[in-house]
Amino acid sequence: MSLLEVKGINKRFGGLKALDNVNIQVEENTIHAIIGPNGAGKSTLLNCLVGKLEPDEGSVTFNGSSLLNLSPHKINQLGVVRVFQTPEIFGDLTIMENVVIPALAAHDGSFSLNFWNRTSSRKEVMDEAEDLLRDMNLIDQREMVASSMSRGDKRRLELAMCLIQHPKLLLLDEPTAGMARADTNNTIDLLKRIGQERNITKVIIEHDMHVVFSLAEKVSVMAQGTVIVEGKPDEIKGDERVQEAYLGGAHL
Amino acid sequence: MFGTNTARKDMILMASFIVVVLAAPIIFQPIGAGYPDLLQKFAIFGIFAVGFNILFGLTGYLSFGHAAFLGIGSYTAVWSFKLLGMSPIPAVLFGTLAGGLFAFLIGIVSLRRAGIYFSILTLAFAQMSYNLAYSVLTPITNGETGLRVLNSDPRILDEKNAEYTGSLVSTFFGVEMNGYPGFYFCGVILIITFYFALRLNRSPFGMKLRAIKSNQTRMAYTGFNTRPYLMAAFVISGMYAGLAGSLMAVTDPLAGAERMQWTASGEIVLMTILGGVGTMLGPIIGAGVIKYFENIFSAFNDQTLNAIFDFLPDTLQQGVVAVVSLFVGSGWHLTLGLLFMGIVIFLPGGLMEGFRRIYRMIKKPDDDKSDTPAASTAPAE
Repeated sequence: MSLLEVKGINKRFGGLKALDNVNIQVEENTIHAIIGPNGAGKSTLLNCLVGKLEPDEGSVTFNGSSLLNLSPHKINQLGVVRVFQTPEIFGDLTIMENVVIPALAAHDGSFSLNFWNRTSSRKEVMDEAEDLLRDMNLIDQREMVASSMSRGDKRRLELAMCLIQHPKLLLLDEPTAGMARADTNNTIDLLKRIGQERNITKVIIEHDMHVVFSLAEKVSVMAQGTVIVEGKPDEIKGDERVQEAYLGGAHL
Repeated sequence: MFGTNTARKDMILMASFIVVVLAAPIIFQPIGAGYPDLLQKFAIFGIFAVGFNILFGLTGYLSFGHAAFLGIGSYTAVWSFKLLGMSPIPAVLFGTLAGGLFAFLIGIVSLRRAGIYFSILTLAFAQMSYNLAYSVLTPITNGETGLRVLNSDPRILDEKNAEYTGSLVSTFFGVEMNGYPGFYFCGVILIITFYFALRLNRSPFGMKLRAIKSNQTRMAYTGFNTRPYLMAAFVISGMYAGLAGSLMAVTDPLAGAERMQWTASGEIVLMTILGGVGTMLGPIIGAGVIKYFENIFSAFNDQTLNAIFDFLPDTLQQGVVAVVSLFVGSGWHLTLGLLFMGIVIFLPGGLMEGFRRIYRMIKKPDDDKSDTPAASTAPAE
């Protein structure tokens, strides 16, 4: 059985059909890329997976249970974690706090009223956060306020925040958008390494073909709200429909 | 925030706080604020401000109707006097609980919205409570006259004396809760509630509240249900307000509707911003400054001014007094307004930011190196 099964989902915004009968199956422990031109419905699809939007029709099944009509925090607690296109971090808090908070969500659940003990007395959480920051090369800045980081570091921090939750499924919305090639390559290496070490299934929305072909094991190509082609990266590369969708008919 | 020495710093903060509160009559003597009535106000509004800051400072939700909980605390306390007797303990307990309960009810509706809409909803509820207390609820609140304890009230726990004609005062184990004993009663409660707020601030709960203020979207996608967190913060700060209101009744067993008016709600917002939103001590200092202005500056008249500027030549003295008198006496609001404008423009972090800047200026020359990034970026208390 696939870890994530999206079956026949439709989503309309007024007269616009943003998603039209989309079917996607994500297998466990793979990296699945979703590509497509702007307006193809990639982000809408992602929003339907994390509870930001409800599809009009169809089903979304994760690990055997439906994700429909669940609020974002419940979907997160099931193990579906999202990295945003523009980093969503706690800008006013320190880097360490930014990582400790999601760790607490993973340990204590969606609500716990612990207003008496010091946060620093949670040894296991603090250690875990420090280890991860060390791993992500952010440990030296641990007491820095997150909003003062560079954009690339913010992305790395957001990824760290997602990883500390031990997700089963990690959704990444253009993780390398606006990055220089060197940084992009670092991110690719990081994502590959994480996949091997932690057994996390990943869904990546990406424009950069370099990233897609270095990472993905399976690619779904979307255009005008529907999946037009699906297959291994090598199969996609030569497909005429893909080139048409991306390049408007001109051939590579 | 997680530095190894924050626990020690908090101990020092708490110890100095206790010393300042207990020695307040001596410390505030030189600035003319060492008398019990004003000290009681410092303590009561300090509690109110600390509680308000748990909501506004941590979650960023600006309640514009917090005086409603203050008023409800006062009414509940007076009813406790009327029915149970003049002991301050049940009055304070019931006042606190009533504040929390009302905060819960108002929170159910208000917390559905954030930002300015939340502020407007809380303001609307507070004005409703004020008008109800004034008119429809007169049997409970005694309307315009205000609720007071009468000798004929049941007071089932008290030994009654039918011949007694003087006014009734709350008594705690035989000690009357006015004057200095009244201040120390409020002062000890201020210390306890301050300690509670400090613990809350350093706990995972407090950190999550700050995270909600910083990015509520991320909180939801991080697996937190933000609504119960906001509700808990709202109820806790409502309980602080109820407690402050009941202490007002303990020091002076009388409750009036004007305590719930929007000007009173606005005052607590001013106190918190003036002192420093989100800081531990700031709101208490803000409350102190405003109450000091209200009581001391407003008492200045031309005579006192003439006495102060007596050393100047006669014509100059008249001119100076004429100008200064605009800012004192009934014009104390003008001084407060200017001070507030100055703070908001030059010190957006309130008086606490000013103190921090001064502290850094003094500290820098001797040990520049110990001023690590941690010290300059971590939000101070």
